Amino acid sequence: MTVALSGSKIAKQLGKKFPGAVIKAGADSLLLKGESLLAVAEYLKTTPDLDFDFLNYITAVDYYDYFEVVYQFTSLKHNHGLVLKVRCYDRENPTLPSVVSLWRGADLQEREIYDLLGISFEGHPNLRRIVLWEGFDGHPLRKDFL
Amino acid sequence: MEIEEVYSRQQIDEAEGRQINELIARSQEPIPDPDDWLDEELKRNVLLTSVDAVLDWARRTSLWPVFCFPACCAFEFMTTAASRFDISRFGMEIVRASPRQADLMITAGTLTWKMAPQVKRIYDQMAEPKWVIAMGACAISGGIFRSSYSVVPGYNRIIPVDVYLPGCPPRPEALLYAIRMIHKKIASRSLIQEGK
Repeated sequence: MTVALSGSKIAKQLGKKFPGAVIKAGADSLLLKGESLLAVAEYLKTTPDLDFDFLNYITAVDYYDYFEVVYQFTSLKHNHGLVLKVRCYDRENPTLPSVVSLWRGADLQEREIYDLLGISFEGHPNLRRIVLWEGFDGHPLRKDFL
Repeated sequence: MEIEEVYSRQQIDEAEGRQINELIARSQEPIPDPDDWLDEELKRNVLLTSVDAVLDWARRTSLWPVFCFPACCAFEFMTTAASRFDISRFGMEIVRASPRQADLMITAGTLTWKMAPQVKRIYDQMAEPKWVIAMGACAISGGIFRSSYSVVPGYNRIIPVDVYLPGCPPRPEALLYAIRMIHKKIASRSLIQEGK
């Protein structure tokens, strides 16, 4: 089975290279600052002993006060996994960096989050609505959507 | 040389969105069910009755269904088409991928507004005379998804429906029964009323 890496261990490793990037380290997850997401993700992918070459999924949750976007990665080589979380406090115009440049599989999922929760991903090559149609009013997975 | 992209992705998306929004605006009320030729038996004369009998017999015993299976009721249709229930007993074993070769639409599944223009186009492409079975709760009224933001509350918002088949999903026996009802409905259709 895939081993979930310890969040605090990875946080220690990241702390040297990206000071201040990790806000909180959980048992198997890390809460990151939004602006350092792309740099950290690239580090996780390209460092040989981490080697997170596979993106399991991206999803997002509306917690009223903020949006939380969740990334799960797996290394197919080392057979270990990690969860990254990023928060977006801006409700009007939430923006995060896109990870499509690192994992192509993020393309459709980021579009879905953009469509249903209204979070923009900067650097996405083709950020359009995917499930609903152009001209649809609002983002249905937001808790205040009626 | 760089070729100018006349229809960019954005333009195509916007055109699609406009089309869907126009369709939603036009489809706020259900289309009346096409039953104006029913209960007219007494008005037929002897000659037309005989011609009608032959024409309607030919039409109803060789219905050709078209593909319109957006969701799970399709599995019941597949079972109905397969050997155990075998709709070829009614002369309709070939499901056409081309709507131009079909005259029966079995709408097996939930329809979203995003998909609705395509279904309407398939219906419009079918040759007259044509019939529609609304199969399952979603096809009749939207079912449990009726209040959803993206689901069409019943196929009769976009196309006229001849027979409503309740169930979630309906059993193959129920689908066969609905097909028999379509047969009965076709049998009472008269030639002189087709101009309507």
